[in-house]
Amino acid sequence: MASLKELKGRINSVKSTQKITKAKQMVAAAKLRKAQAAAEAARPYAERLSTVMGSVAGKIAGQDNAPLLLRGTGADQRHLLVVANSDKGLAGAFNSNIVRAALSKARELREQGKDVEFYLIGRKGRAPIRRAFPSNIGKMFDTTDVREPGFNEAERVATELMEMFEAGKFDVAHLFFSRFKSALAQIPTEQQIIPVPAPKVAAASDAAVEYEPDEEEILAELLPRYLKTQIFGALLENQASEQGASMTAMDNATRNAGELIKKLTIQYNRSRQAAITTELIEIIAGAEAL
Amino acid sequence: MALHFELVTPVKLIRSEEVHMVVVPGAEGEFGVLEGHAPFMSTIRDGAVQVYKTAGSAPETIEVRGGFAEVGENGLTVLAEHVEG
Repeated sequence: MASLKELKGRINSVKSTQKITKAKQMVAAAKLRKAQAAAEAARPYAERLSTVMGSVAGKIAGQDNAPLLLRGTGADQRHLLVVANSDKGLAGAFNSNIVRAALSKARELREQGKDVEFYLIGRKGRAPIRRAFPSNIGKMFDTTDVREPGFNEAERVATELMEMFEAGKFDVAHLFFSRFKSALAQIPTEQQIIPVPAPKVAAASDAAVEYEPDEEEILAELLPRYLKTQIFGALLENQASEQGASMTAMDNATRNAGELIKKLTIQYNRSRQAAITTELIEIIAGAEAL
Repeated sequence: MALHFELVTPVKLIRSEEVHMVVVPGAEGEFGVLEGHAPFMSTIRDGAVQVYKTAGSAPETIEVRGGFAEVGENGLTVLAEHVEG
């Protein structure tokens, strides 16, 4: 049986851990609200852009002169897996879920005899992916120097990806991130980003739309933007998911700490009682002996 | 007789209001959009979008970069990657 002092020490240490998890939970809740607002604010742009994309791409898709980003290289050999993770832990299984989805896709592709390369965004995915595929990590995009990855980061990632694509480094790119469903549920999601999957063609536009310059040029300009928006959207979803996962994980941790404290306190009080009883018995025995 | 004008960036919806006219720096020259404009799509070169609240008023200029304009039934929508000011 642990001594009273040891028990007291443990209770205090669990209490201070609980304080940390509780603080982190509240911070995550506040940040989640912010991340959700950011995701909400980004929606109009994404929606409008995909409507426009849908109407323009519908006219051009399938033609031979469609831009490379839409048409693809025609091959399906080299796959680039873009994995978006966070930089910080303490978010439950958030990062490992994304990594697991990416790794299982990578294994599947490798079994089909395809080449796999990784492009990692964020710090937390590096170690586990490096362990599983030590020689397939192409590039790591660092987001530790910004507080929250925003549109600028998405733009840089997209530009880099497009450069790699134009240089013929890969044929297909998949993006892995976590879709935010609620604070309790985040769904690791895979999405093909290059070649750009043709958006659903909007219901045949009623009026004849005039284009300036022509459709092809507009599409060529829209595609990179569309890609940026897709990546930006994924980063935003990821942020909301991270905070949601963190909130849930920290809530659990706080509750567990509370239970542990309760148990330890009971044990502490029992030992104290036992010690007092022993002392009393000793005193009474001593008095009787006189 | 008002034109519904929306200015949207990836980060947020910046403007959504009724105005008289908007002059947009299109890739092939500036064009003004009034209410009832025919459906139209154009890329925008980096520059200032001029917003005229009412017929005679002084224009308000908004600098945009990486833009795209769409005129549809429900007014003018400008999608811009960056907006200054």
